[in-house]
Amino acid sequence: MEFFFQILISGLSLGFLYALAALGFVMIFKSSSVLNFAHGELMAIGAFLFLVLSAWAKLPIVLAFLLTLAGCFSLGFIIERFFLRPLIGEALIEVIMLTVGLAIMFKGLMLFIFGGDIYSYPKFLPKALTMHWGAVEVPGVYVATFVVGLIFLGLFGFFFKYSSQGIYMRSVADNQPAAMSLGVHVRRVFALSWAIAALVCAMSGIVLGIIFGINVHEVSSIGLKVFPVVILGGLDSIGGAILGGLIIGLLETFTGGYISTSLREIIPYIVLILILMIKPYGLFGLVEIERV
Amino acid sequence: MRRLQFHPCGNFNESYKEELTIFETDFGRLSMLIGLFLLFAVVPFISNAYILYVMNMIGIYAIAAIGLNILIGYTGQISLGHGAFFGVGAYSAAILATKASCPFLIAVPVAGLITALVGMAFGLPSARLKHLYLCIATLAGQFILEYVFVQWESLTGGAAGISIPTTTIFGIDLGSDRVFFFLIFICFTVMTWMAVNLIRTKYGRAFIAIRDNDQAAEGMGIPIFLYKLLAFAISSFYAGFAGALFAYYMISITPEPFNLWLSIEYIAMIIIGGLGSIPGSVFGTIFIITLSEILSHATQFLMNISPSIGGAITIAPLREFVYGLAIVLFIIFEPKGLAEVWRIVRSSFRLWPFSY
Repeated sequence: MEFFFQILISGLSLGFLYALAALGFVMIFKSSSVLNFAHGELMAIGAFLFLVLSAWAKLPIVLAFLLTLAGCFSLGFIIERFFLRPLIGEALIEVIMLTVGLAIMFKGLMLFIFGGDIYSYPKFLPKALTMHWGAVEVPGVYVATFVVGLIFLGLFGFFFKYSSQGIYMRSVADNQPAAMSLGVHVRRVFALSWAIAALVCAMSGIVLGIIFGINVHEVSSIGLKVFPVVILGGLDSIGGAILGGLIIGLLETFTGGYISTSLREIIPYIVLILILMIKPYGLFGLVEIERV
Repeated sequence: MRRLQFHPCGNFNESYKEELTIFETDFGRLSMLIGLFLLFAVVPFISNAYILYVMNMIGIYAIAAIGLNILIGYTGQISLGHGAFFGVGAYSAAILATKASCPFLIAVPVAGLITALVGMAFGLPSARLKHLYLCIATLAGQFILEYVFVQWESLTGGAAGISIPTTTIFGIDLGSDRVFFFLIFICFTVMTWMAVNLIRTKYGRAFIAIRDNDQAAEGMGIPIFLYKLLAFAISSFYAGFAGALFAYYMISITPEPFNLWLSIEYIAMIIIGGLGSIPGSVFGTIFIITLSEILSHATQFLMNISPSIGGAITIAPLREFVYGLAIVLFIIFEPKGLAEVWRIVRSSFRLWPFSY
């Protein structure tokens, strides 16, 4: 039973991490219908930027964190402005391939600078965060992830519900021509959604780096795990991304714990294929009825 | 005797037959014959072992790239699993050669057919899915096949892989690069010829119709699911065929080369070469393989001139960076790829001095 709870806890926290990663993905897809293959690489960029600022430049942790978020926010703007904007209105495959190209480019660049080694952050989380439930121990990282994740989810909830930019973003996601005719600056919304997505990526990259150590291959492969999560939850649903992340995380750890560790890596993709066959729009995705 | 024709200055087709011709002019046919003559009678005898190796790789990869272009460029179905299909072909050929001791001439086409079946199985989601959903489904297919390569140890030999004994064909030993050169490029010529002609048939036109507008295609009476499956099958057949050649050429195969990176490399080839263009696939393959060879030479060169720095800084990842950059630049500045560049170069010669 203890084993069960230990797996449950690690599954939930892994799932929360996936949910956090999927959030940025859904954000881009919702406002600009771009499938972002460079997601894992954006996460890795965030993680490494934080590493450089906190461990190498020895800035205070909070300042380093905020600077990382600001840096990734501007990176999102730059990516949108220079790579995505020329392709507005082009065929889908070109946009997808562009993000694949960006992914390879970023990955190569990071491997060139940092190599394939595993780095780790200086320990900055207070010991008191570690929680005990009987014999089950919840490491402090997970608690911190949970708290930070909840804060950001709340902030995004408010942002989309009440701020004018958030409402613009939702309107563009809903109906682009209508939003444009009502005076919404659609290109600015695209840019903003990429910036916010890059920010969320950076955040999940940092958390990932704290838990598993920072390694280019490791972090960018998590970026591919996002696909099962968002397909399960529905590509354009934030709630779905969170639930999907939790389900996939639990599935992975339980498969790893009870069936086989090698199957663990592949089970999300098997689920992905099944879902695509049965319910392609996921649990909460918008069903577009188009029959051919 | 017909008059020999040179390039007309524009599009003056008067019938569908004219539009369907492969060579617009006799000049094109002549240059193809010269090209084939150079390829088979001159190149293998003047190149050294290394050049032959690179040429052979180009030949093998080009066959698979043509297959992928039929799927992505002509039918419009995005596949991120082509590298794994290539692997399925390689493993099928290796298993047929070692376990069933099939001769080369049977093992290679059968490996292609097996891969076609596997490809169709992974093409099944295309019944309900389009565009990005299909793209994600094939991504999952890639990971699942990779897993099978490693885990099904009784058949695939796990991480250690399979070694294939050298074989003979019509009594000729297939051990040397030069013999393989002829073999690969005969296959390459036949497969290219098949692909070029496939596009001119009913099936090829149906593929293009599905790519351009699937609803309209359905409206015109094309059973699009069957045709999509057919496209997956043909494309996987090409990949499997190339994979089988690769297995025989490499002698021993492991699961490593057939990863997502290979699939992306294939997509890079056809995007850089030109989507929806058979010559484009070949141009793209030449570009990517040459680029990768140049970059690996540059790495070695840098290591030789400064072992102290070269040991610490490896520029191998720069290869990935340059690939990515090439893809991004081609998509932004020349989405139709090298085939379009080649067309522009030709037509500027033709239109000289009144180019516009």
